[in-house]
Parts: sequence; structure tokens; C-alpha cells
Amino acid sequence: MAKVFVEVIAKFTKDGSKVPLIVKWEDGRSFDIDRVTDVRRAASLKAGGQGMRYRCRINGKETYLWLEDDKWFVDSKA
Amino acid sequence: MSRVILHSDLNNFYASVECLYNPEIRDRPVAVCGSQSTRHGIVLAKNGIAKKFGVTAGDAVWEARSKCPGLVVVRPNYMQYLKFSMLVRKIYENYTNLIEAFGIDENWLDVTESTRLYGSGEQIANELRKRIQFELGITASVGVSFNKVFAKLGSDMKKPDATTVISEEDYREKIWGLPASEMIYVGPSTRRKLTDIGISTIGELAGAPPRFLERHFGQWGRTLWIFANGYDDSPVTRLDFQPNIKGVGNSLTTPHDLRSDNDVKILTYVLADSVAERLRRHHLKGRTVQIYIRSADLSFIERQGQLSHHTFVSSEIAEKALEIFAQSWDWSKTIRTLGVRVTNVVTADSCGQVSFFDDEKRLRREQLESSIDNIRTRFGHYSVQRAVLLKSNGLNANPVEENVIHPVSFFR
Repeated sequence: MAKVFVEVIAKFTKDGSKVPLIVKWEDGRSFDIDRVTDVRRAASLKAGGQGMRYRCRINGKETYLWLEDDKWFVDSKA
Repeated sequence: MSRVILHSDLNNFYASVECLYNPEIRDRPVAVCGSQSTRHGIVLAKNGIAKKFGVTAGDAVWEARSKCPGLVVVRPNYMQYLKFSMLVRKIYENYTNLIEAFGIDENWLDVTESTRLYGSGEQIANELRKRIQFELGITASVGVSFNKVFAKLGSDMKKPDATTVISEEDYREKIWGLPASEMIYVGPSTRRKLTDIGISTIGELAGAPPRFLERHFGQWGRTLWIFANGYDDSPVTRLDFQPNIKGVGNSLTTPHDLRSDNDVKILTYVLADSVAERLRRHHLKGRTVQIYIRSADLSFIERQGQLSHHTFVSSEIAEKALEIFAQSWDWSKTIRTLGVRVTNVVTADSCGQVSFFDDEKRLRREQLESSIDNIRTRFGHYSVQRAVLLKSNGLNANPVEENVIHPVSFFR
């Protein structure tokens, strides 16, 4: 388990929140985020960090995406 | 109705933050230490594993390493700690607006009114701990009681990640058996004096006649007696960690001892520069200049003097500091640490007595310093320097950013 920073294409909404739309994995593959099902502040002990945590559904699977200081990261299982 | 006061203490704060961000050191003994090469090489915080080896805050790095082979030593990252301190405070703000910071990692919360919404003090304490751990990945110990002194005692009793309740019913059993030195503001010297008059526990302190304590400690004696009996009624005052400022000061321990007036001159300008910059940042001017001198044998003196007017101009502060220094130091010892502080502050735009003659000069000096601030903001601290600092042989520094955070006083 490691902290992996990823590229994200996000929508900035009128009320000032950010919604991630597409995430680009470290191996270069891009995935559409079908839905964000939860947003809250949370720590990631696995990755080592904390920030706003987005629970995202990608191809029917759930993944957490963190936003800390304007950088997005995941706790990679690779 | 009695109050419900919480005292929340972030466990091994600096070390916990470092361990969160560096999972690979989490299962090893860790100490956050100042830099060895500049002789700030003492342990600032340690994690639970290092604690088991007897590593304590204040140990020299070599001392800590000899107690605990394999100790992982990391440098502090104050900006990160300040950020966490603020995030924790945001969590507290969900429960009360009466939050008083005590240093960077401790806070008192008055949740008396919030108990109607969120349940008992203990329930709120548990919820706080859960949220701090979930949201920020660090832990806190929380004391719950009916006054600030006992709440603080409570947060020290069970660590890490625990809630301790000290109620009006059980404080005698829970607290009175503890050594008096556990209580806030009973330091080594008060403890020694207490031992001399036969008092070693908080209960004995509470049971002693207040007049007897006053005879030995003056007014302070009664205060201690009030603390020990749970009569402390000092309010939890709304206070950020950036407190209402009484003064701005900086001190530096230098890489090598200061041996000459010239060394002192250089360092005084470094310190006055940073003090002045911070005064301007907080939009303040001060009138009293204090210096702090610690010699190589670690004894220290403090001296102060008054300026004719309030100022945030570094050259005026430095000149005054040097004048005081010249009067108070005979160079019988070399100097390890030098500090400059400006107190007696007012907001920079308040009216002051103006001088008829040199006012324009002063205005120009103030404008000059503001310009220097601008340049430094854009191009970094070292982009503009005083000429005297160019022959500084390693004494130059940027204390504004390498600033050390000290806890603030209990009394205001």
C-alpha cells in the first residue's frame, strides 16, 4: 500500500465544491467516475495523509480518492 | 449548574503527524528533533514506542539515541503542525465556540451549553476523539471535569486515545492521591518548596490551611489551594492559537558561541529584523525592547528598556537592544542564546506622540521597511540583506520561518 498521486479532471460547481470526473491511473489508463457517493474529511493510514475523501464508483467498483492541498491521491493496492 | 469543561490533548502531536505521513516509520521508535548542526538538537516529541525506551522531550539527540538504538530522528515541520492544529480546532468548533488554546496541541472547551444538544461531557469527549482519529489520523486524550484544572489533569491520566471523567462526586478519590507536581503550574521549584513543608500530594495541598500556604508562597499559595480543591472558576476564554498578542519576540541559539560585540551586533540585527517583520505582519507597534541572554553555562538574564515612541522599525529596535546589551553584559562568559522581544504593543495605526523634528525621517524608514517586506514576500527572505549580515560567519538566519512555537500562559 502506498500513497500514489494521480491526475484528475474535476468539475468546479457553482457553490464552490469540486467533483472529480475522470481519474488517470499511474499506468496511464483513464477511468470515468460514474458517481461520487460520499464526501467527507478523512485520514488514510494506509497511504499516509488526510484530506477530503471522495468515495467514487468506477465501473461498478468503489474507490476512495483524497484531495489534500490541491493534490489528489489514492492508497494504491499495486 | 456546574460547568462541563473538556481538556483535549493531542497525543505525541508532532510525532503522530510525522508517523501519519510516513507509514514506513510508524512501527519504529520515532523522535522529532531540532537540527543538530545548529545545536537545537533536542527531542521535541516522541512516539509511544520511543517513550517505552525512556526517550523524553528535552533529551539531547545523542542522549535519546543512546537510550534507544535504532531511533528514527525526523526534523520538525511546523507548518504542517499548525495546519493540523487548525483542523482539530475546526472539529471543536462543531461543539462550542468557547475554545481556549494552550500551546499548539492542547485546548480547553466549555461545552456546558452544548450538553443539551450533544449529550454528556463524556459523550462529547468520545465523539471528539473518534472524529479526530477518523478525519485526521491522530489521537487525543480528553479530560472531562467541572473546572479547567481538573480537566487538564484528566487528559493526562490516560494516554493515548482515552477519555477520563473527573466529577464533583469522585475527584477526591481520583485526584487527591496524585503527586502535587501533576497539577498545572506546580513546576520543579514549587514542588521542592511543597516537599519542604511536608506536602507531596494534591490532597495534602487541598487540605492545608490557605493562610499557611500564603505564608510560604504569597498569593500564589491561595491559588494553588483553590486549584487543588476544584474551586478554580477561571473561564474558558475564546482564544485562537494566534493569541491576542502581548509582544513579539525571537531568540536563536547559534551554531557557535558568541564571543564579541560584533557577533552580538549581527545576531541582534537578524532578530530585530524578524521581530519587526512580524510586528508589521500583525499590524502592531511596540515600545518596550527586551533582550534575553543565555550564556554557555546556561544561566540567563533578561533586561529591558523603553523607546521614546512605538515602532516597528527594525533599526530602532536593534539599536535599543544593543544599547541595553552594552549596559548589561561584561563578556565574562560567552553567549549561547540571544533573544530580542518587543512588548507594550499597540495597533500600528493608533495615535502616538509625534516628534516635531525627525518625523519625516521616521516615516521614510517605515516605508523602507514595508518595501523590504514586499521584496521578501516576492523573492524570499534572503533577497534583501543588511550589509552587516554579509560578514556574519554563519550567524545569519530567518527566524520568522524557523520560528519555534511556545505554549502560552494560563493566566491572561
